[in-house]
Amino acid sequence: MVRFLKRSYIYLVFAFLYMPIAVLMVYSFNDSRSRGVWGGFTLRWYVELFQDRTIMSSLYSTMFIGVTSAIIATIIGTLAAIGIHNSRGIQKRLIMNITYLPVLNPEIVTAISLMILFVFANVRLGYLTLLLAHITFNIPYVILSVLPKLRQLNKHLYEAALDLGSTPVQALWKVIIPEIMPGIITGLLLAFTLSIDDFVISFFTTGSGVSTLSITIYSMARRGINPKINALSTIMFTFVLLLLIVVNVRQAREEKKGRNGRHGSKKQIRSFDAKFGDA
Amino acid sequence: MKRSSLFPYVIWMTLFIVVPMFLVLYYAFTVPTDTGATWSLENFHRFFEPIYLRVLGRSLRLAVISTVICFVIGYPAAMVMAGNAFSRKNVILLLFVVPMWMNFLLRTYAWLTLLERNGVINVLLTSLRLPRLNILYTESAVVLGMVYNFLPFMVLPIYSVLSKIDKGVIEAAGDLGANSFRVFTKVVFPLSLPGVVSGVTMVFMPALTTFVISRLLGGGQFTLIGNLIEQQFLVVGDWGFGSAISVVMIVLILLSMAIMSFFEGEEKSVALW
Repeated sequence: MVRFLKRSYIYLVFAFLYMPIAVLMVYSFNDSRSRGVWGGFTLRWYVELFQDRTIMSSLYSTMFIGVTSAIIATIIGTLAAIGIHNSRGIQKRLIMNITYLPVLNPEIVTAISLMILFVFANVRLGYLTLLLAHITFNIPYVILSVLPKLRQLNKHLYEAALDLGSTPVQALWKVIIPEIMPGIITGLLLAFTLSIDDFVISFFTTGSGVSTLSITIYSMARRGINPKINALSTIMFTFVLLLLIVVNVRQAREEKKGRNGRHGSKKQIRSFDAKFGDA
Repeated sequence: MKRSSLFPYVIWMTLFIVVPMFLVLYYAFTVPTDTGATWSLENFHRFFEPIYLRVLGRSLRLAVISTVICFVIGYPAAMVMAGNAFSRKNVILLLFVVPMWMNFLLRTYAWLTLLERNGVINVLLTSLRLPRLNILYTESAVVLGMVYNFLPFMVLPIYSVLSKIDKGVIEAAGDLGANSFRVFTKVVFPLSLPGVVSGVTMVFMPALTTFVISRLLGGGQFTLIGNLIEQQFLVVGDWGFGSAISVVMIVLILLSMAIMSFFEGEEKSVALW
């Protein structure tokens, strides 16, 4: 009985979490502009969605900036994590504190500070500033994903590689990087998802003509309800769901192989490292 | 060699994190003059006018209400999930996380559809001959949006702490004669406090600083501190005042984090005794 009550409570919370998404998805097939009225099944909104120039070009920008910023942030962040791992004392603490700054700072503060910088330095707001901003807020998350892997690393591995005659660069490329690869991949994926999900920082650092998907949705939603957004939501949610299933199946397989990589949802990692990660 | 790998990062962060923060401080503490700018506290002085203090008060109030609701809903949920009511905990946890992967704006927008005058909820209520619910573009809708978006931030840290509690400790408390209520108040809850603290921080901070939820679900009538900052930068163009509000917001957040870690620290020392 108690077990039943407990389960029902969780199902109730799930209903709360999923109801809005479910309603959006159902209404994306509704052949009527007004809500509440069911006008029959249609794919009209999907057709209109793909014909909408603004949405399609912002989808392209989102993907371009997501991929580019994730790759650059992963390179800088991985190198930084290796450097942080090998530094000590005040230097390490100072760098870690600066790393946590964008994680803990309210997004809007990071956003306006970057906007001030770009305008102050006379950089035209647009693709470039958007990219720079995204790399900036992504790097800390890459570092926080890679550092735990470095801590698990056997200290003598690097020395052994050197003893066996490899140069430091070789040791890094052939020994260290492959060992911490799961952390790097996690960081890359995390950076990509954070980038495509971001609204606040993009909103302040973009200029006229350049718009990400989030910005487009915001300006459409501000004007009220639009069935094209419902269609878009359905596609995005399905995409995310498929991605999650793939990641989880892969992860389950890896765990069976006895490797316990550090995976988890982006928000989990963000939250737990922000709070419990080492400083 | 390994140390030098820090260089790109240090340069990047100096340029894009440290310098911008100083620029915010610079704009907050100066006012423009004909020849340039002079140091002044005028921007902060302006913030303490009643009209802006009311905005601050409203932001704090809505953030506190949302945090409390998230805690009241979230703590029991985390407890059930950490307990043995479900055999496949991973799936349940995953189901909790999935909605968060949906774009934040789309999740907020979804509530527009539900809460509208002729929206789904009202159609349902009317068909059941119940009175309509007209909360869209009110404070309630803003709070609802905050709870909806930030609830997982409360549940996940509490869940992670609860699921790590040594079952032996709970059994020991039972063996020593504590009933389940006392086990909860004296053992489980104190041990879960670090999770509660991070959950509360992670709900309170974004709730205090959001401008999207209040803009979409509050319809622009309910200006929060985040909306005020947005207006100063994107509409009014008063960077000085906008920066000053941001500085006030950072100070508020630092203060609340200090208070939270004080609670956390205090409990730790009690546990030590």
